[in-house]
Amino acid sequence: MATVSLKNLVKKYGHLEVVHAINLDVADREFVALVGPSGCGKSTTLRMIAGLEAISGGHIHIGDREVNNLPPRQRNISMVFQSYALYPHMTVAENMGFSLKIAGKSQDEIASAVADAAKTLGLEELLDRRPSQLSGGQRQRVAMGRAIVRHPDVFLFDEPLSNLDAKLRMQMRTEIKKLHAKVQSTVIYVTHDQVEAMTLADRIVIMRDGHIEQVGPPEEVFRRPATRFVAGFIGSPTMNLHNAVVSDGRLVFANGDTLPLPAQFKDRVSAGQKVIFGLRPDDLYPTGHGIHSGEAAEVHAVEVPVSLTEPLGNETLVFAEFAGQDWISRMLNPKPLRVGDRINLSFDLSQSHLFDAASEKSLRG
Amino acid sequence: MRGWKPAPHILLLLPAFVVLAAVVVVPLLLSLYSSFTPFRLTRPDSIYTFIGFRNYLRLFADQEFWVAFGRTVLLLTIALNLEMVLGLFLALLVEKATRGQRLLRTIMMFPMMFSPILVGFQFKFMFNDNIGLVNNALQSLGLTDRAIPWLIDSQLAFTSILIAEIWSSTSVFAIFILAGLMAMPKEPLEAAKVDGCTPLQSFRYVTWPFIMPFAYIAMTIRSLDIARAYDIVKIMTDGGPAKRTEILWTLISRTAYSDARMGLANAMAYVAIFLSILFTILFFRQLAKARQQIGAEW
Ligand SMILES: Nc1ncnc2c1ncn2[C@@H]1O[C@H](COP(=O)(O)OP(=O)(O)OP(=O)(O)O)[C@@H](O)[C@H]1O
Ligand SMILES: [Mg+2]
Repeated sequence: MATVSLKNLVKKYGHLEVVHAINLDVADREFVALVGPSGCGKSTTLRMIAGLEAISGGHIHIGDREVNNLPPRQRNISMVFQSYALYPHMTVAENMGFSLKIAGKSQDEIASAVADAAKTLGLEELLDRRPSQLSGGQRQRVAMGRAIVRHPDVFLFDEPLSNLDAKLRMQMRTEIKKLHAKVQSTVIYVTHDQVEAMTLADRIVIMRDGHIEQVGPPEEVFRRPATRFVAGFIGSPTMNLHNAVVSDGRLVFANGDTLPLPAQFKDRVSAGQKVIFGLRPDDLYPTGHGIHSGEAAEVHAVEVPVSLTEPLGNETLVFAEFAGQDWISRMLNPKPLRVGDRINLSFDLSQSHLFDAASEKSLRG
Repeated sequence: MRGWKPAPHILLLLPAFVVLAAVVVVPLLLSLYSSFTPFRLTRPDSIYTFIGFRNYLRLFADQEFWVAFGRTVLLLTIALNLEMVLGLFLALLVEKATRGQRLLRTIMMFPMMFSPILVGFQFKFMFNDNIGLVNNALQSLGLTDRAIPWLIDSQLAFTSILIAEIWSSTSVFAIFILAGLMAMPKEPLEAAKVDGCTPLQSFRYVTWPFIMPFAYIAMTIRSLDIARAYDIVKIMTDGGPAKRTEILWTLISRTAYSDARMGLANAMAYVAIFLSILFTILFFRQLAKARQQIGAEW
């Protein structure tokens, strides 16, 4: 039914190009999340798909229609805005039924569609209120209700949860996931919260400065980041990333400390090559306090001093100094540590990442 | 007086009360009182003769007064409606301007900076049947070969006054509505586009409800203005010729000074003020309703 495809999509403001010829194919009923740092062009891309922003080059297809020059009303899309954008002078019911009213549906049809949506979202009690009489979370749900009543081909979300507090955000995240399972529409979801992206999306699109860095399922962008940027952006706490030079089958860091070159990269680097070494905190743990990654594990232990600890209850983040820099490690079954204590740190090199320092691309095959 | 010691806060407020009483309350009461006397400026002692409601009773039977009253209401109705439509149109145009908007806004305010007296003279000249610009232009264009008696024919004169009034004050509406447009959040408009609205529908269902309170404020202000209209008419036609364009305040001033019947004139003035109060209440009700509708926080 409703695939979305972007071909060489470009957006320029005057001479400033903010989206550079991006390509993306979204399958029918797929949930795709656009993530990236502030100002990378996520909203712009979404608004071009919605038709709220003119495109400067390329093509957009929704289903098999080219929609480049169609106004938003002819694209059969729904959009949920970050600020909710409810109509302040209409009641909740009128807000939700507005698109149907414009489409010329009968009173009865509108009433039943609104009642359905209100039931799905738990808004039955609030139908006669105005937006100014609702809490943030309730407004957010009304905005969602307004989007679902018209059964659009594509849902577009622009950071719909970013104005909510942490707890409500988690709750709404679950709601959105349930909702998608139920209405089965194509969804493009902009967020800069990677947890939202990881938990909700079938595929994640990571954008940076108007380019797409990587597209893939959450598992893949986490396990196999294609670039240094993706490696640093996805995952919390962030991956340890440090510059090194390849020499004699070892990685030599700036201060002369070394680690063995991980086996999987042996044939992929040449001596003297400048690289960036990456290791997630989960794969760097005080010996005896981590999860062993199985038979293929390639553990290398080093004794290092502790520079900082962040106890989180069930685990502790330990900042330890190695090769002249701080490395974050995750300590399971934590025991008390003090700054300056020397600990034995296990590097699971089978889980490591290596990026070329110049191109910042992954050196994995 | 000894031993009378008012609380300090009352003492401190006293000067303000005295000044206020002297400049507002006393003249107001005096004029109200004089509307119950046959006071004539030429016979000062007539102010002591109390005649009750006789002035008012006379007014209610006075056809001349009611004609002026009706004409004022007519002027007010037509002018408000046209100014509303034109002001809205202007505001929408200016809001669309991407460049030079500030300059346009300033230019838009020019007519408001003119004194009404000046506006009156300006239009009196333009509509003059012999040397006026309007007739000149019409004749040069070959649209007519007569001198159209703009300020003499009763309907044409009314129209001329209306045009002067509208020219000088449409910007009041334009400015208020523009303020509304600029204060309006843009997202609901985008939501409306996505929800399937044509530009016209967006305006009808989203923009208009939002700017309505602003339009009502402008209407309140302008209804008070026109209910008190005097200067422009005084200059352009002086209510004439033969009282064909007489409105409330030209009639009142004529009664007070030319006919020297101050008491009667004051009675008229109080009836006129009643009209203003009526319009104010009407528009403020609408304003409150419209504000509540958009959930305004002001
Ligand atoms: N109207 C505009 N004129 C000029 N530049 C603009 C305009 N709108 C956006 N930009 C620029 O385009 C770039 C992308 O903006 P966009 O709003 O898409 O970012 P974003 O990824 O949604 O960021 P955020 O996470 O902060 O919402 C930014 O660098 C921004 O400065
Ligand atoms: Mg954005």
